Amino acid sequence: MATIALQPRYKLVSPTRQRVLGIIYLALAFLLWFAFIRPLTADAVTTFGMTPGGLGVRELAPWQLPTRTTILLMAAVTAVVGGVQLVRGFGRWSTLVLGLVVGVFVFGFLIWSAAGRSLNLAGLLRATLSAAVPITLGALSGVLCERAGVVNIAIEGMMLAAAMMACLVGSITHNLWIGLLGGILTGALMAAVLAVLSIKYMTNQIISGTVINIFATGMTSFVSSKFLQTNQALNDPGVFRTFPIPGLVDIPLVGPIFFHNNMFVYGMFVLLFVLQFALFSTRWGLRLRSVGEHPKAADTLGINVFRTRYMAVILGGLVAGFAGSYFTLGSVGRFDEVMTAGRGFIGLAAMIFGNWTPFGSFGAGLLFGFANSLAAGIAILGSSIPSEFLLMAPYVATILVLAGVVGRGQMPAADGTPYEKE
Amino acid sequence: MTPVLELRNITKRFPGVLANDHISLTLEPGEIHALLGENGAGKTTLMNILYGLYSPDEGEIVVRGEPVRITSPTDAISRGIGMVHQHFMLIPVFTVTENVMLGEETVRFGDVLDRKAAGRRVRQISEQYGLQVEPEVRVEDLPVGVQQRVEIIKLLYRAADILILDEPTAVLTPQEADELFKIMRTLAQQGKSIIFITHKLREVLEVADRITVIRRGAVVGETRPAEADKNKLAEMMVGRHVNLEVDKEAAKTGPPVLTVENLVVFDERKQVAVDQVSFEVRAGEILGVAGVQGNGQTELVQALTGLRPARGGRITLAGTDITQASPRQITELGVAHVPEDRQRDGLVLSYPVIDNLVLQTYYQPPFSRGVVLQGRAMQENATRLIEEFDIRTPSEETTAGSLSGGNQQKVIVAREFSRPIHLLIASQPTRGLDVGSIEYIHDRIIQKRSGGTGVLLVSPELDEVMQLSDRIAVMYRGRFVAVLDATQVSKEYIGLLMAGVTPEQAGTPTAPRKTVEVTL
Amino acid sequence: MTEETKPKLDAGKVLTQELVGEGKGAPRGGGRQVAQAVIVPLLAVVTALLIGALIIILTTESVYAAFRASIGSGLVESLRVVGEAYGALFAGAFGDPAKIAAAISSGDAQAIRRAVNPFFESLVAATPYIYGGLAVALGFRGGLFNIGVEGQLFVGALCATFVGYALTGLPTIVHLPLTILAGALGGAIWGFVPGYLKAKTGAHEVINTIMMNYIAFRLSDWLLSGPMKRAESFNPVSPWIQDSAKLPRFFDSPIRFHAGFFLALIVAGLVWWFLFRTRWGFDLRTVGANPHAARYAGMSIVLWTVMAMGISGALAGMAGSNEVIGVNYNMAMSFSSGYGFDSIALALLGNSHPVGVVLSALLFGALRNGATRMQVVAGIPIDIISILQALILMFIAAPAIIRSIYRLRAAGKGEQVVSLRSWGE
Repeated sequence: MATIALQPRYKLVSPTRQRVLGIIYLALAFLLWFAFIRPLTADAVTTFGMTPGGLGVRELAPWQLPTRTTILLMAAVTAVVGGVQLVRGFGRWSTLVLGLVVGVFVFGFLIWSAAGRSLNLAGLLRATLSAAVPITLGALSGVLCERAGVVNIAIEGMMLAAAMMACLVGSITHNLWIGLLGGILTGALMAAVLAVLSIKYMTNQIISGTVINIFATGMTSFVSSKFLQTNQALNDPGVFRTFPIPGLVDIPLVGPIFFHNNMFVYGMFVLLFVLQFALFSTRWGLRLRSVGEHPKAADTLGINVFRTRYMAVILGGLVAGFAGSYFTLGSVGRFDEVMTAGRGFIGLAAMIFGNWTPFGSFGAGLLFGFANSLAAGIAILGSSIPSEFLLMAPYVATILVLAGVVGRGQMPAADGTPYEKE
Repeated sequence: MTPVLELRNITKRFPGVLANDHISLTLEPGEIHALLGENGAGKTTLMNILYGLYSPDEGEIVVRGEPVRITSPTDAISRGIGMVHQHFMLIPVFTVTENVMLGEETVRFGDVLDRKAAGRRVRQISEQYGLQVEPEVRVEDLPVGVQQRVEIIKLLYRAADILILDEPTAVLTPQEADELFKIMRTLAQQGKSIIFITHKLREVLEVADRITVIRRGAVVGETRPAEADKNKLAEMMVGRHVNLEVDKEAAKTGPPVLTVENLVVFDERKQVAVDQVSFEVRAGEILGVAGVQGNGQTELVQALTGLRPARGGRITLAGTDITQASPRQITELGVAHVPEDRQRDGLVLSYPVIDNLVLQTYYQPPFSRGVVLQGRAMQENATRLIEEFDIRTPSEETTAGSLSGGNQQKVIVAREFSRPIHLLIASQPTRGLDVGSIEYIHDRIIQKRSGGTGVLLVSPELDEVMQLSDRIAVMYRGRFVAVLDATQVSKEYIGLLMAGVTPEQAGTPTAPRKTVEVTL
Repeated sequence: MTEETKPKLDAGKVLTQELVGEGKGAPRGGGRQVAQAVIVPLLAVVTALLIGALIIILTTESVYAAFRASIGSGLVESLRVVGEAYGALFAGAFGDPAKIAAAISSGDAQAIRRAVNPFFESLVAATPYIYGGLAVALGFRGGLFNIGVEGQLFVGALCATFVGYALTGLPTIVHLPLTILAGALGGAIWGFVPGYLKAKTGAHEVINTIMMNYIAFRLSDWLLSGPMKRAESFNPVSPWIQDSAKLPRFFDSPIRFHAGFFLALIVAGLVWWFLFRTRWGFDLRTVGANPHAARYAGMSIVLWTVMAMGISGALAGMAGSNEVIGVNYNMAMSFSSGYGFDSIALALLGNSHPVGVVLSALLFGALRNGATRMQVVAGIPIDIISILQALILMFIAAPAIIRSIYRLRAAGKGEQVVSLRSWGE
């Protein structure tokens, strides 16, 4: 097995990568100066509104920044960091520094875009959280399945089908909760099909996932064209209202953003904590992970690999169903064809980025959500950049993340391999 | 005294193969009983039946006087039967405690894991039997010998008292094997009964109380070490007089074909796997590299064949510098490579034999003219090689995946040996093969040597290395600890070097120290 | 039985699946293997159609009304509804035999053309499928799952459109090949990016190609509403391409059958020759079948991963440009009816082999063409095609389901292995 470790006498990070990153940082600093600072007048002021939205919510005083000085400061910091990176590198902190630089650059971009005007920063953060919900929930669904060793690229399809069903059932029964139940069960049903194909028939899991996706797209569009478009009453379930958590909602800035939401957001938080604990501190979690790492070993210890995988996938389906219901019952209140727009796949990327852990997935979800909201926010400001490009932001972000800007983490060792009992 | 375990007339058939033919065997309490047989004799099948992974077609199993039917590993464990498999059933990213308690977890408040309590028990077992294992370490960070002991703890944790060890010394140095034997004796003294599966004669004579020999699925004899000797046992295993020595004349060496200077190679985790290694291989000689798997041999061979970059040093092949050469360039310069993992690296299992036979040469004439493949030339080549190398296959169109291990290896050998070559690199060329195939491949390698090819043989099987090599290098932790003349060295000496004992402490090659005090 | 007889599954690194496949060219194993390769796909299609019929029955009001009257009338109504739907499907795909006969006897050229049009229109619809199916199939052969065909064909179409309208004054013999080349190049670049990322960083191509799809859609949105917008229109649509960039048609309107069909067949032949008769194809397939052995054999994994995605993208780009230069003569956002995703089912139905792909493409073209009429005449939304596809795909991926439904014998040792990798590699 492993070679016995010796003192590493040779460098850990490839020198090329270090230099390339250093040059990139310097280039970013230059860009900050060239594109953002130079065209500005000296007295431009950027105002960041701090109104998170919601009734009766305390507003904070807007945050005003002298545009030029602030961006100059950021450019200077980036340049210094770039210099250090070029010469020495940051060793173990490289990834963190990369994240910080990107953050600084994006913030500088924001400041520049809002120069002389006002941008509702709190609103932006709030939108980020909203956008992060389906992505994070999708990622959680993925975590459940993949930790047990089943690749699930059908999250998109499950979410779409659940969205439609939740809308349809909610409209017919005039009851949001039954609609939600319908959505969740739909997710579980599609997951069951995926499970049977992948576990019992041992098909290639990416293909069985694609089957579900194509089926869901076809089925939802079919039903939508035939029934939902023609009969508006079937497409009007209503929306879950937001409600505050008393006490916590009064915390300045953070309060209104985190604690004045609808039940989907709260549900996401609950799931986050529950799953993180369950996966890593309970017997259930240990067994589930063992099946995903080394199913043969688990089998010899008496753990039923097939049953565990079925359970994990169906649970993942329940979560995906919950996620899908968010699109209709938690957001716009009606079903549009293919309304998930790839967020199931972004959720998968968030899962990989988050190293197959719930908390990591949430962090990644926030990141992608931010990319999404940023695009919308900038578009509102009437930036010179066409909106279509901004809309590309989350997808480009996904590609960059997957390209190993952050490294590849530790996936469950038996992920994707059908288990064959001899 | 009633036997703690009895197998009566166990028979198991698979399509086309009678794996176990009315096998009967008894195990006394506190006994170490060795099950000896060559690869494919049916030993593992028998043990899988005992462990609940298969069910027998005929026969019965009697545990402590009671006939039982064992339906699954859990069932076996509940009857006190535990098995340590040849390929470890450990989860690398989990800690020792997590691995041991999986399936039998200690919990608090319902389902919450109680790692501390489990850890305490692991430590207690470790101390009771002298196993020296730290509970909170991740298994992937442990050396192989220690991982094996974790497997043993798994069984003891579950109160197994019949332990089955399947080829446990396959991955251990002779010294680590001796450690294991000591542990086995401790276990036996404390009342555990052990079945020990192996094909290694020496070990059987050293540690077993009784030996049962299995050949072609049936018991061919039972004996005790005091009454048996190696040659007789080998004969029982194979059924005919086996030449344990290989016929070879003295080496007629020529100029060096391969020169390696100060080679440095990293492994996947960016750690040094090959640490400033220097050696040369001359035409017409076999240089064997002995060492327990995991000491850098794999990375060394990969660097020599262009599959892994060299981070330092130089490799020269018959005058050409190949340090940074690509695999194809190296092949074209006249190097043949029989890889360690034949199914992963040496063959495309889904391709027919025809395609596999030209895997190294398909892009050159006569198999390609310009860009276009020449099917007929490939066909003729296949027909010729199948006959010349005695490859048993229904047709040349059969996919390589359908062939037996021995024939798969013959395909690779046929492919590699049928080109003009200066250097042959053979990595574990006889792993998992039956005796007939082993003999065949050894003969072919000697033939190449007589023909003037230089051979680098890398193998963890010390017997193989000693039989074939003219000179022997011992690799430990990435370094060549010594390079010795094969005719003037004893196995025990090499064993010491393989375990990390320095040459000074080990004594002289012909008279190694018997007891060596070292921290391993 | 030693452990050696079973091919080892390298945990986490290789996804393997048994698909019925062929090693090279025509199967030599005799009739049995051909039969195996044909029966399961055939039954898959038939079964899918049966399930489709069930869906139609379940979603038609009049059936429920008839059942409320009586079981008998319910069954009759069900059959009528399915008959009407599939009848429309057939007529839409091949033409109404009655109409054709009438038209021929009347002797009116226009009427004949109108009557025979559905058949030719199916061929027109099949052409982009041939390219798309080849694209996905070639990807599979290289061990890659190219779900990005849709995006690649958009980009290919954009490039072909631009070259088609922007370059003036060129003779057809120059302009047309240039346009085709532009389309292929555009798709190739779009496929190259995820291929390169996969080769160099290991990022899985499934997610990356899907992301590239969305980026391509936004890009097209922007271009067609902005720099590439036709001046005189309010809609996001491109200018008409020059006559010199159009693929010739064989008949007068309404028949749109164009030379692109034959070009596609030629390309299919080239792909077959490339994959099975050249050493480059051998490289690509080996990298897909076993990258470890490929490295050992001296092949460059990076090169062939990138090439596989690049060539695949080029084929997809040709699908897009085909629609522009052969059918529509311009580009609008709605020009593709989801060819990219259909191609996945297509490639698998065709065993990732050019011959199978062409046959499957003809089938899908007929289905898609027929479904348009089915939507108009019987009110069945065209999305039912996606549902049928998903079912076909499922039956192909899990042939055991078909076998157990129809009580077929299990296939013999001839089954091959096509590998796709999980996230880790």
